[in-house]
Amino acid sequence: MTAKDLRKGLWVAFFTVPGLAIVFAVILLPLFMSLFNSLFHWNQLIRGDFAGLENFRKIFAAEPYRTRFFNALGNNLKWFVATMLVQNTLGLLFGYFLSRRVAGHEFFKRVIFIPVLFSIVAVGFLWGLYLKPNGLFNSFLKLLGRPDLMKAWLGDESLATFSIIAVNIWRWVGFPSLVFLAAIDNVPVDCLEAAYLDGAREPTVFVRIILPLIVPAITVITVLTIIGSLNVFEQIYTMAGLDGGPNFSTDTIGTLFYRTAFGSVDSGNPEIGIGSAIGVVIYALTFGASIFSIASLRSREVEL
Amino acid sequence: MHIKRMASAVALALLAAGSIFAQKTTINFWTWRPEDVDSYNKLIAVFEKANPDIQVVQTAQKNTEYNTILSAALSGGSGPDVFQSRAYGGLETFAQSGYMESLEKWVPELKGFDKGPLRGATSIKDGKIYGVPFASQTLLIYYNKAIYKQLGLSVPDTWDQFIANLQAMKKAGIQPIANGAKEGWTLEVMMGAICPNFYGANDFFDALVAGKTTFQDPRYVGAIAKLKELTPYMPDLYMGVSYTDMQSAFINEQAGHFIGGSFEAGYFSAQNPKLDYDVFPAPAAKKGDPHYVSVYADGNFSMNAASKNKAAAAKFLRFLASKTTGNMFIQELKQVSPVPGVDTSSSPFIKKVLSLQKYSTPYIMLVGFRYQQPTGSALIQAALQGFLAGKFDAAEVCRQVQEGVATYYAPFKK
Repeated sequence: MTAKDLRKGLWVAFFTVPGLAIVFAVILLPLFMSLFNSLFHWNQLIRGDFAGLENFRKIFAAEPYRTRFFNALGNNLKWFVATMLVQNTLGLLFGYFLSRRVAGHEFFKRVIFIPVLFSIVAVGFLWGLYLKPNGLFNSFLKLLGRPDLMKAWLGDESLATFSIIAVNIWRWVGFPSLVFLAAIDNVPVDCLEAAYLDGAREPTVFVRIILPLIVPAITVITVLTIIGSLNVFEQIYTMAGLDGGPNFSTDTIGTLFYRTAFGSVDSGNPEIGIGSAIGVVIYALTFGASIFSIASLRSREVEL
Repeated sequence: MHIKRMASAVALALLAAGSIFAQKTTINFWTWRPEDVDSYNKLIAVFEKANPDIQVVQTAQKNTEYNTILSAALSGGSGPDVFQSRAYGGLETFAQSGYMESLEKWVPELKGFDKGPLRGATSIKDGKIYGVPFASQTLLIYYNKAIYKQLGLSVPDTWDQFIANLQAMKKAGIQPIANGAKEGWTLEVMMGAICPNFYGANDFFDALVAGKTTFQDPRYVGAIAKLKELTPYMPDLYMGVSYTDMQSAFINEQAGHFIGGSFEAGYFSAQNPKLDYDVFPAPAAKKGDPHYVSVYADGNFSMNAASKNKAAAAKFLRFLASKTTGNMFIQELKQVSPVPGVDTSSSPFIKKVLSLQKYSTPYIMLVGFRYQQPTGSALIQAALQGFLAGKFDAAEVCRQVQEGVATYYAPFKK
């Protein structure tokens, strides 16, 4: 290796090492430590002897943990389906209309994106106040003359999760809108003009030309939605509390993990082994789901 | 002459330097009561005056996050010197992990405390005392005296009289009960206040912890079922009413009753000094029965086993075990202090609570079933939410609790 190569190598290292060091210390190291912790028995905060895969077996098969885990996973699935169906479809629609430069699009672009910039804790806290039984939302329904529609939005088991998802969609929809807007704007104009000249109508152009060409953007948004639905924690913590109330209907694997690993006043002492095992399972699910969706959507990409 | 003056000048300078270098010992003190920071500061001022070489730095964390923050700090080696610790099950976590110092030799005053409060400070594994108990709490029913006088109601003795009072309030357009169901622990408190008179108080509790009966005992199922009778008098859409909503409804005189713990009194008085309220124990099943109340040791002051200032921390702990602290708890915080020999006559509220403790029974889940996961508390909180939402019946509540606790509780596993 010549001196010039060595110098070049050193410059590359100089620029990349700080970032890599942070990623290693904050992301990779804790991940491996969690994996390590999950292979042991724990007595409160002291590590016991090696347990192999016993903690994982407990999560999937032993009683108190199993129902909580699958209940939480089911709620994460609700988050994923609702977010994909509602948020990303709305995002696609908004992106499309913004790209077609409808009247007032500059204004709408900013208004739709502003909630994305808000702090998640502030959004959760404020909407928690609005959704109280005598809060803003119910008062608004009363004003519209529909007091029969007033409900305990965060207190009713069948409504709580969907209320929190709705607030999250309100906050996030600006992000896929802008991503899709950029992707649609990148579709070559001559391609579209050729289609119009051939007599294609708007819906056909959308489905047959625009959609296939923006598949990379769809991939990105899908993967981010999967990761987001598996990681959701702050919204539930601020709006429904750490226990995923009422009666565990808003519980997700994020809150389950936090409660199990650190304990809380009511739910008991920390169980670090099982909590770490849940953490490892979250990682594995996120990793697997991302790889799967990238691979399956990659095959649908159309190159021009 | 120059030399003498110079010598004295140098000596003075050395003395001054010496006193600057005489360090004050700083001890860190953590609590879970941001509401009580001012009262504790007053107490700390008294201690620092008597011990000028010790400085106490107080930090108050939010109650629901306290356990997490404390475990992280203690296991990371950066914990406080003196801290509030939970009682019973919550104590075991830190005692068994070796983070707490056993206090028999540091705080000889502990010998004078009653057995009851000490039970919450003693580890069930090795029998050592790990904390100085600071308060016991009692669960009762607060009522608005002004509303009672306005409607001509009297303190109820039996359940039927209590329901009649609630109906009278509802008819007059006043919210009878402030309690809601959004936060599970408030439902556990409601259970702890109301149910002992229906499940047989101490007889049931002793049989239960010994494994001679289970949570599915008809006495307990019947007691849980009684809670459903209160829902017509709870606020509209009560499933969404949270703890702070409940407190503000009672403080602002919108609700007539508040089922809660003795820890509420200080906060009620501080928020609305004009509020004319009092307490009564939960009504008895029938006339002539005693009125039982659930009682539990709230917490202790403990010492970090890894503290670098144990002697100073011990001095502070001995101060916290003294009558000065006990009296402050009674007068300022309106809490029942277990310090022997305190003057309870200064607070009529405390005197009343102490008189009610004549018929005390342990607060069932907190005292007996918070040692392992899933705790009795977590199970009953979630189950009561489902029950009050109308999803299932009282028998199902008890079945869920029994099933969860039986996975680890040895006397149930026969």
